[in-house]
Amino acid sequence: MFTSVDDVSARLAETGYLASPAIATTVFLADRLGKPLLVEGPAGVGKTELAKAVAEVAAAQLVRLQCYEGVDESRALYEWNHAKQLLRISAGRDESWDEARTDIFSEEFLLPRPLLTAIRGDEPKVLLIDETDKADVEVEGLLLEVLSDFQVTVPELGTITATRRPFVVLTSNASRELSEALRRRCLFLHIGFPEEELERRIVRLKVPGLDETLARSVVRVVGALRAMDLRKVPSVAETVDWAHTLLALGADHLDETVVRDTLGVLLKHQDDILKAGAKLDLDAV
Amino acid sequence: MRIGTGETVDAAQAVEALGLADRERLREGLAATLLHGTAQRQVFDPVFDLYFPRGVGAPKEVSAGREDMRTRLSEALAANDEALMARLAAQAVDGFGGYGNSPGSDGWSSYQTLEWLRPQTLLAPVRDTLRAQHGASDFADRLLEDEIRRRIAVFRALVATEARRRIAERRGRDELARRAVATTTDRVDFLFAGKDRLAELRRSVQPLARKLATRLAARRRRAARGSIDLRRTLRGSLSTGGVPMKPVLRRRRPARPELVLLCDVSGSVSGFSDFTMLLVQALHDQFSKVRVFAFVNRLDEVTRLLEHGAADPEGLGARIRAEATLTGWHGSSDYGVALGEFAGHHGDAVSPRATVFVLGDARTNMSDPNLSAVREIAERARRVYWLNPEATAQWGTGDSAAYEYAGLVEMHECRNVRQLSALVGRLLPI
Repeated sequence: MFTSVDDVSARLAETGYLASPAIATTVFLADRLGKPLLVEGPAGVGKTELAKAVAEVAAAQLVRLQCYEGVDESRALYEWNHAKQLLRISAGRDESWDEARTDIFSEEFLLPRPLLTAIRGDEPKVLLIDETDKADVEVEGLLLEVLSDFQVTVPELGTITATRRPFVVLTSNASRELSEALRRRCLFLHIGFPEEELERRIVRLKVPGLDETLARSVVRVVGALRAMDLRKVPSVAETVDWAHTLLALGADHLDETVVRDTLGVLLKHQDDILKAGAKLDLDAV
Repeated sequence: MRIGTGETVDAAQAVEALGLADRERLREGLAATLLHGTAQRQVFDPVFDLYFPRGVGAPKEVSAGREDMRTRLSEALAANDEALMARLAAQAVDGFGGYGNSPGSDGWSSYQTLEWLRPQTLLAPVRDTLRAQHGASDFADRLLEDEIRRRIAVFRALVATEARRRIAERRGRDELARRAVATTTDRVDFLFAGKDRLAELRRSVQPLARKLATRLAARRRRAARGSIDLRRTLRGSLSTGGVPMKPVLRRRRPARPELVLLCDVSGSVSGFSDFTMLLVQALHDQFSKVRVFAFVNRLDEVTRLLEHGAADPEGLGARIRAEATLTGWHGSSDYGVALGEFAGHHGDAVSPRATVFVLGDARTNMSDPNLSAVREIAERARRVYWLNPEATAQWGTGDSAAYEYAGLVEMHECRNVRQLSALVGRLLPI
């Protein structure tokens, strides 16, 4: 899919995803080694966006499995279309039992769910397993077969093996420790907060109307907030939101009033806002 | 770190795919294939720097005098030019970091280099230079000092890496990798954790509590499925002509586990008690009844200070020391008095359903260990466990009454987050 690490950066950038060297290198390796990519990091740093950007670059279909507590085999792998099966049985009243039985467990009555969809067919696909840590431990067992051999076993049909491997991205907020077995099958990438320079470029890209010096100040203030010990530090998504807010307010530079009035865009807890206000001396002037 | 053959093969493939030309790419590639978690990165990076050094031998440029060096460093700090800072670090270690002159006792010291160069004193000049350059003051400029401080911290790290590299060339990389690279956070000894490590440990306690909570929930779920209730199964089978179609499971009476914690919060074990307190606070939701007592040489209940959500974990230890009566006539710990006070005044806290954890190093300062109080508590409670943050080898040395207590209650060595999570997961009642 990619020819070099620079190729990854360049082509991801075309879709509006600015990748750090670490991200570009790991994506290149995941593609080259054909291994799934486990992406961890705080919320809002672009883990899901990365999968979307890769799908766009590869002109691939994005298949997304959103994990949640209680997601199970029938949600992740496949289901039998019971209604259709019943219809089929009642439609063929006068055939023999053997004919009917062999028929109703065929491809026609299979409802593929994300994991099965991702490994069937020849067109390129990106499989995004989002928030893997939210799913129960049992689901991880289910993923193991798919991620190591790219195959799914349906008892009635046999094993379905991928003819073309999808590019797999798993994301996790580390709210639950993923199993060692799952980790061993994946390349590991931690996306943290970007460097100042990169974040400024992201802000400029996402909020084109923002002036260069203001973007610089925005990123510096966010950087300072991240260095504070807050309950929830602002991530890139919040930086971009803040830049949008400032643009909408028509602010051309940062001052106490503007920062104080818009701090709620960056911080989501009242005690964080108070703490940040005190640290930034917002009330001193 | 556990790295198997599979990872090694992946790493080799990664090296082949990436080539050796770009050092940072190689670093990321190896990290992606070899590591399985964020915490391992702080071990990986120093080791990588040792085995794939930025350069070999002494730097080409020879360092000039101290003042010249400081001028160039302040320029690098002002421009936030990390490549230049790395070059300067190499020169500084080469010029000022060497000590000793006989083979075997010589080496390179980052401490000596930094003492000589004193980069922290450059804060004011760099700030003034930057202020002068920018002219009109911007809101973000009030962050300038913190930013420069962070850059200085980066420089200090660069110097440390460079000094390690030079020593490694002299002494061999394998030895240095074994001795001089910090361990992952979950193996850091509670009692010897430095200040920056403490903050890291604190962050690792939060996910630990969550992990424990999920594990406990799973165990409780499993425990809820009991054995077959024969009587009710047969009664149910009446409708199917005596064929037991549906096995009925015996319902378990949900036990209400009670947890009592006795924590030594004296200075000698402060690192340890801070963590256990955090953990206790996190587990507060999981148990119907948690009562926490803290002591130095007097004992006081601190459960109310741990009320969930109300407290910020930061000041917890300090608040406990401020608000509870923990010391009498002197400030050093006395297990005998504290345990006796617990058995005497708070005996009602311990019921046959209660599991008691004692957290402390069992160093009694030569006073009476009061074994009868412990025996009394052990008789009344369901289980008593003692978690000791000292290495087993040190038990019983000096004023430690560890073995005397260990004879009465189960005592476990609990020195780091790894051991703590293993123990708490194993010992906590369902």
